Amino acid sequence: MADGAAPFWRMKGVSKRYGGVRALDKVDFECAPGRIHAILGENGAGKSTLIKIIAGVVQPDEGQLEFLGQPASFKSPAEATKAGIVCVFQELSLMPDLTVADNICITDPPRKFGLIDYGAQSRRAEELLRRAGCTDVHPDELVKNLPLSRRQMVEIAKALGRKPKMLILDEATSALTATDVAKVYQTLKMLRQEGLSILYISHRMHEIAELADDCSVFRNGRHIETFPKGSKSDDQVVELMIGREYKHVFPPKPAPSARPCVLQIDKLSWNDRLHDISLSVNRGEIVGLGGLDGQGQRELLLALFGVLRGCNGTVAIDGKPQRIASPRHAKSADVGMALIPEDRKTEGLMLPMSVRDNISMAAISQLSKVLVVDRAAENARIAEMVQKLGIKIGSIDDPVATLSGGNQQKVVIGKWLMTDARIVLLNDPTRGIDVGTKQELYQLLRSLADAGTTILFYTTDYDELVGCCDRVAIMYDGRILRELAGAEINEHNIVASSLNLPVERNLQPGGAAA
Amino acid sequence: MRSLKLWAAANNAYFLGVGLCLLAFAVYFGLPPIGALLSAMMDGLNALFPADLPLFTYSPLPFTPNVLNTAAPKAVLLALVAMAQTLPVLTRGLDLSVGAIFVMTNCIASVVISGTPVDLAIGVLIVLFCGTLAGLLNGLVVVFGRLQPIIVTLATGAIYLGIALGIRPIPGGGVDKELSSFMTGLLWGQVPMVLVLLLFVVLFIWIPFRRSVIGRGCYATGSAEGAAFLSGVEIANSKLAAYALSGLFCAIAGLVQTFYTQSGEASPPSAGFYTLNSIAAVVIGGTSLFGGFGSAIGSIFGAFSLRTIVDWLFVFELPPLWQPLFNGIILLLAVCLGAARVFRVRNRLELFT
Amino acid sequence: MQRILKYIDLPILIVFGFIFILWLAAVALDASFFSVGYLLQQLQTASFLGIIASGAMLVILLGHIDLSIPWVVTVGGMMATAAAGWWGDAGAVIALPFAMLCGLIFGIVNGLGVAYLRIPSMIFTLGVNAVAQGLMVLHTGGFAPQDHTTELMHWLAVKRSLWDIPNVLIVWLFVGAVIVFMLRRTPLGRYIYAVGNRESATYLSGVSTRGVLITCFALCSTLAALAGVLLAGYSTKAYQAMGDPYLLPAIAAVVLGGTNILGGRGKYLGTVGGVILITLLQSILSVMQMEEAYRQVIYGVVIIGMLLVYGRSAKVQS
Repeated sequence: MADGAAPFWRMKGVSKRYGGVRALDKVDFECAPGRIHAILGENGAGKSTLIKIIAGVVQPDEGQLEFLGQPASFKSPAEATKAGIVCVFQELSLMPDLTVADNICITDPPRKFGLIDYGAQSRRAEELLRRAGCTDVHPDELVKNLPLSRRQMVEIAKALGRKPKMLILDEATSALTATDVAKVYQTLKMLRQEGLSILYISHRMHEIAELADDCSVFRNGRHIETFPKGSKSDDQVVELMIGREYKHVFPPKPAPSARPCVLQIDKLSWNDRLHDISLSVNRGEIVGLGGLDGQGQRELLLALFGVLRGCNGTVAIDGKPQRIASPRHAKSADVGMALIPEDRKTEGLMLPMSVRDNISMAAISQLSKVLVVDRAAENARIAEMVQKLGIKIGSIDDPVATLSGGNQQKVVIGKWLMTDARIVLLNDPTRGIDVGTKQELYQLLRSLADAGTTILFYTTDYDELVGCCDRVAIMYDGRILRELAGAEINEHNIVASSLNLPVERNLQPGGAAA
Repeated sequence: MRSLKLWAAANNAYFLGVGLCLLAFAVYFGLPPIGALLSAMMDGLNALFPADLPLFTYSPLPFTPNVLNTAAPKAVLLALVAMAQTLPVLTRGLDLSVGAIFVMTNCIASVVISGTPVDLAIGVLIVLFCGTLAGLLNGLVVVFGRLQPIIVTLATGAIYLGIALGIRPIPGGGVDKELSSFMTGLLWGQVPMVLVLLLFVVLFIWIPFRRSVIGRGCYATGSAEGAAFLSGVEIANSKLAAYALSGLFCAIAGLVQTFYTQSGEASPPSAGFYTLNSIAAVVIGGTSLFGGFGSAIGSIFGAFSLRTIVDWLFVFELPPLWQPLFNGIILLLAVCLGAARVFRVRNRLELFT
Repeated sequence: MQRILKYIDLPILIVFGFIFILWLAAVALDASFFSVGYLLQQLQTASFLGIIASGAMLVILLGHIDLSIPWVVTVGGMMATAAAGWWGDAGAVIALPFAMLCGLIFGIVNGLGVAYLRIPSMIFTLGVNAVAQGLMVLHTGGFAPQDHTTELMHWLAVKRSLWDIPNVLIVWLFVGAVIVFMLRRTPLGRYIYAVGNRESATYLSGVSTRGVLITCFALCSTLAALAGVLLAGYSTKAYQAMGDPYLLPAIAAVVLGGTNILGGRGKYLGTVGGVILITLLQSILSVMQMEEAYRQVIYGVVIIGMLLVYGRSAKVQS
């Protein structure tokens, strides 16, 4: 790669363990200035540990680091920043109670008589926001009032303000709209022109294709290969990432048939985020929710589960209208709902508690006889669930925080399967999960559906919508724009609907339009 | 203009403390229109329920410098201790030792503040130094011991109270008469000196701190410590500064107390009283117990409202037996006003911190 | 047996280890302390704090705190003595339940404020404490003070039965047994730890977190009132601010026992150890006739010292 000149950044033999887990295993890695370098790998491959070491958040157990030809050893992010390495983290580094300007200039604000010069700070913030391509954020706005996409732009502006020589972006565009993403790409390309080295982590292949000059693949804590863009096909890249031949396998879908309606939603509205949603989900069906990010899919699931207050409209379960006012009611036998929430770490699990406590949390009252927990019954059910889902654990009494992401998600799902729910809502369940667990999840959903469970499934991954769902409801601006069924469910129609464009309808298996 | 609207929206938590304070003053001094309104109300009630001696009386105090000077000390003392409490709370901590540091510095002052003017100056500096040191000690244990502030300061509070008891097992000591009469008197015959002192503290200690990088670091640490760390904020320095400054404010309050009582008294109930009421004042003043938001100025308003409302019983001639219940209900109501947001929340997940 | 061994963790070991050392120190001071009688007497004194700390522990496990304990204890003592005065013989019988009912009401109010109004528990219970104080001042000032502690109260607090074991210790043991059972064997116990760890995830698992909050605050105040009744029985009267000396030691005992002040972690045996430790420490210091000043300093240093060993949080990394 970098030939001739002193290496910009070089790591040799770097390793890092967390407890018994090897996050990085004797990694050699280099990158060059004036190039955008993509880092690819599954969750758990070591990408985020790599980034944390480069950015000074954690220290390696062994190995040497070199920056600009000098040995580098950063004890804190502040030191790395001083040396010119700036990172835009996935979990943002903004303080919600402070203003945008305060956040952007948090460590080195313009000063007057030793105190912060707020006027100059505001102006500097505006300048940096403009450079990052973000012009609709006022520097005196409190960060906590900004939506996630604006926060990501502020984060990028903040990174630019640190005058980086190397910029690291960890999933920095996940919540941005298409236009914002385009602006960010422009900025990055301009920075590349100026001689910056940019490390870019992303799961999205098309982003990599668009931006990267070089790609590095990591797997299981090891650096597998680095190659220039375009020299490998997508499938080849994915195979490098997962280390085996890759086939996106979805279980076969049953033929459409008449099914009783279990969940009937009629003109559901909430605040200004959901408008007149009407949808019916039948027994044994997997209905997907699609559409661009933030069109109300999450809110719909939360509304059904009783978390949102002030909903209008009716929801009927098995024909009976129900006013679901709390998750407790949603869980009850009348309704029989389950929700796999969006963020397993803060909404799905109590991380310091044991696997046992977590997996029994929803069903424990059912497993009790007159106030006392029936230990034998509980153990039996847990063992059954662990086996059915293939959860890899040391012992049930280990803290759930020690499990991998995929296994943690399985615990969340196991928790709800233990309640024998008949309606399962899933809020982007495969986010941050490795490919192997994803496949298992698809099989599980289909087998649940075949056994009579009703499933409503929101995902940001189009392949999953196409592969798993019997029907797909595309949401746009808080409404259900369109429902696709059968052969209509393909990537083209999903994308077109998401953008509110017309689609090809009623395709017969032979492809002829009706 | 946009900036002004944003500023108002961002600072609406302070309106309760300021509003309550103004209301408290208005009732206490009978300021129009509240004063006139209340008088009319009382007359009306007396007409409805006639008796030999009027059942409902309203006798506000005149708004004169002397009256102010009598009412000021209690309010300023609590205000200073509340300012002290604000700082650790901003970093998402708590300081249960503020009352103890206050009492301890009072006892130290009753020993060292006498003699020549140079001795006096040195004495004042010693008192301030001791308070700051006590606060800094709190900070050191919290930061480097990595222990929770509430339990650390619970323990250090006992230590400082012990030191206070060691210095003054029984109340005693004294302080330079001239200095204390100066500090407890009126400036230019109009303004209570303690209020001037408070203003001085706000202008020359709090505001510069607030506008400094290290001061802003306190807010950053309290708002999201992990994010602050990733951003390169010097978290340790900010926390140490917050606790040390807190100790300094307690010491100033200790000095003021010494000037008024002319003695030192190591009173555990007094320490407990100031600690708990400082927390109430901080909350009413708009500072969030979760950190990241608030102001010592808000806490001053919170303290002033608490202390002034407590004295309403004199204005309304309530039977003294009802005073504690009255205080308690006012405190509870004031605290409940902060609950208004609960009714506006539409997504219940937002209720959980 | 294995389950019991797994239950014991580092804080518990250190606390009981330190208790043993303190006891040796006491014996060194005065050989008469080397007796079962002495131990039982210490345990009797500890029982009052123990009952209060039991309730405090439940609330702390939730990640909250109850600052209304001081005056709810006083409410308990005063309402029990008052009942005897108001209702004569019938009053003597219902004095104890009546006082506990008063405590329960305060607890429910606390719970409602924290669970429904979402006011931080520290400040809400502080307000309730002030209201409780106001009510008691009104009560004792307005009517003639009812010093009438009942026979039952006195018997419970002071007397011994069953091999000379103090009755109040049996009350504590009973309370402790109920709490351990609740925490380890019932769904409510799991919910308490879950809420303390992460209320949002517990809520989304279909648990009524409000119910859990209200239940724990109610139990805490009821137990505080019970302790007040027993304290009144011990001193044969109820008096103003009788609960004040118990708040901070109760919190200290809970934390020294290994319960995390932020909630979600802690074992009752640890709280028992913390209570005994504090009681023993205070009584040794008073036997040594140490001045109050030194006692306070040692008390504070011991707490910090022990917490530095096992109470430290993780380093902030992200």
